[in-house]
Amino acid sequence: MAGVLVDPYCLAVIEARRSARMNGTRLRVVAVAAVMATVVAACGGGSSKSSSSGSSGSAIKIGFFGALTGSNSPQLGINIRNGEKLAMDQYNKTAKTKVTLVPYDSQGDPAQAPQLAQKAISDKVVAVIGPAFSGESKAADPIFEQGQIPNLSASATNAKLQLNGWKYFHRLLANDDKQGPADADYISKKLAAKKVAVIDDASEYGKGLGDVVRSKLGSAVTVNDSVDPKAAAGNYSSTVNKVNAGKVDAVFYGGYYQDAGPLLKQLRDGQFKGAFVSGDGSLDQKLIDEAGTTAAEGAYITCACLLAGASSDPAAQQFTKDYKASSGADPGTYSAEAYDGTNAVLKAIAAGNTTAQTINQFLTTVDFKGITKEIKFDPQGEVQGGAIYMYQVKDGKLALLGDVNTLI
Amino acid sequence: MLKLINFAHSEIFMIGTFAALFTMHGLGIDHAIGGFALVGALLLCALAAAAASGGAAVVLERVAYRPLRKRGASRLAALISAIGASFFLQEVFALRYGRDTLSFPRILSKTVLFHIGDGAVRTDKVLVVVAALVMMFVLDRFVAATRLGRGIRATAQDPETAVLMGVNIDRVVMLTFLLGGIMAGGGALMYGVLLEQTRFDVGFVLGIKAFTAAVLGGIGNLRGALVGGFALGLIEAYGSSVWGTQWKDVIAFVVLVVVLMFRPTGILGEALERARA
Repeated sequence: MAGVLVDPYCLAVIEARRSARMNGTRLRVVAVAAVMATVVAACGGGSSKSSSSGSSGSAIKIGFFGALTGSNSPQLGINIRNGEKLAMDQYNKTAKTKVTLVPYDSQGDPAQAPQLAQKAISDKVVAVIGPAFSGESKAADPIFEQGQIPNLSASATNAKLQLNGWKYFHRLLANDDKQGPADADYISKKLAAKKVAVIDDASEYGKGLGDVVRSKLGSAVTVNDSVDPKAAAGNYSSTVNKVNAGKVDAVFYGGYYQDAGPLLKQLRDGQFKGAFVSGDGSLDQKLIDEAGTTAAEGAYITCACLLAGASSDPAAQQFTKDYKASSGADPGTYSAEAYDGTNAVLKAIAAGNTTAQTINQFLTTVDFKGITKEIKFDPQGEVQGGAIYMYQVKDGKLALLGDVNTLI
Repeated sequence: MLKLINFAHSEIFMIGTFAALFTMHGLGIDHAIGGFALVGALLLCALAAAAASGGAAVVLERVAYRPLRKRGASRLAALISAIGASFFLQEVFALRYGRDTLSFPRILSKTVLFHIGDGAVRTDKVLVVVAALVMMFVLDRFVAATRLGRGIRATAQDPETAVLMGVNIDRVVMLTFLLGGIMAGGGALMYGVLLEQTRFDVGFVLGIKAFTAAVLGGIGNLRGALVGGFALGLIEAYGSSVWGTQWKDVIAFVVLVVVLMFRPTGILGEALERARA
């Protein structure tokens, strides 16, 4: 998922700039700009809060790279870090050479990513789980490539990352080239929708996914809309009007759960009765909290990720139990992918590979059954046979329907 | 009135939405209610929101504006001070209540009353429109007909003369902020009933919209603000259905610029200018 994160302070700067622009006289603008300059300086610098969590000097270090603070940190950080930590704790119980987790909190900000990647290299981590976002992957992966550090992302799904010829890049789930068509196929074949409204949030990720669905569905898309959630300020009434006027059978939304929730709620309040389909950005319990259980009921959400809690597979259920015991919460989006990725690295270490280069060499041949899928990478670093899963809201919870390909 | 725009007003509004939300939680409302219970609960929420917003506005005036006014600082300084207060309040709420959206319980069942053409008229929207009209009517009468209202208008026209005529400016300014805060609180409750959500930065875009509506209608002119608000809303609604929602703001601001080119003082004109003439 290519999330674009805006630091709240920088948001404040944008706001102040806007107010300055609105305010007319040149003198005021200049003065406000002067104040802003200082704040902008504070914004640009960024903080690199990365501290080594383990104190044992001899242990092998595995990094975590993603957002541990900031607005997307629950999904694209903490879920992943906890999955990684669980795998390492389980390994440490029996292993002679201990491993320790070193977190690098990028806040999902591509501007901070290169500097943090440099730090990870100088800290001599042997592998990194991450980077979590597509944007920061684009910035950090070339540096990991240069530093020869294997990196395994549990969540960055941008469909261009694998085309860079990177040898140290791996990813544990299918990319966006698969998700959009899966969404479109499900809408046209399974739901048999004749008229579809495609709405996106005007973000890199949301519009990208929406456009793939648009091109795949072609003339079935009768209503199009693009709403920047910041400008909408929670009010989607004009979008609801368009959807109702178009009398569509299904709505596809490309965007994140914070905005999908209110949109879905207002669609249902506006008497929209058709199906609501969205992508991985909406896969979060918070979507149901914000839309309300009545409005959210029956909504379809696709993801390349496997939500272990929603799966009936015994291994996934065992993982869910262990995860809950370890971090006090149910595994979230990308937790299981991170767990699998960490286990791939741990298998390399258990086989006696303790340097970044030998671990990377081992990853080219690794092949085992993980929680989410068989973990085996192709030469580009993509996991083989990554599927797109379909979820549906049932009784206020996310339930797994299965692999989209087997459903249609 | 003081010839300055209160840039922290959007945060006063935000505080009102939180107050309304907490009152609903406090009353234990988790489903739609009707009859007297609904009226009572809404009034209680309105009271709480108005009290919180009004109180916050008064404190804001004491802390961020009065010290500057006493020292004869320029309006520019007051503007910066307001932006500072705005950041401060946003961050306090963000840190205390998180940066995620908070949902309101559904207090009013949203049923369709009747249809006009294709448009459905829903209970919550009727409530909001009626409440807005009532609030504007009361405010308009208040400013036009009461002693304090006269004081406000006098201070706006000519502060020095107003002082000579025995108007206590500090008191008038404070009460103006209180009044503005109470109105923001009422608006905050309406926002909560209509959209059922709030967040620390909820006031930002609404603040810009309100400022635009005020300029469109004629700044400092109460009826103008109402007309401007309705005009802006209609322009946005039609603009987004014709060209797409992403063009909403472009269309709204193009119309604003065009209107200001031909009527620089807004649709209904600037109240102050008319009074001076």
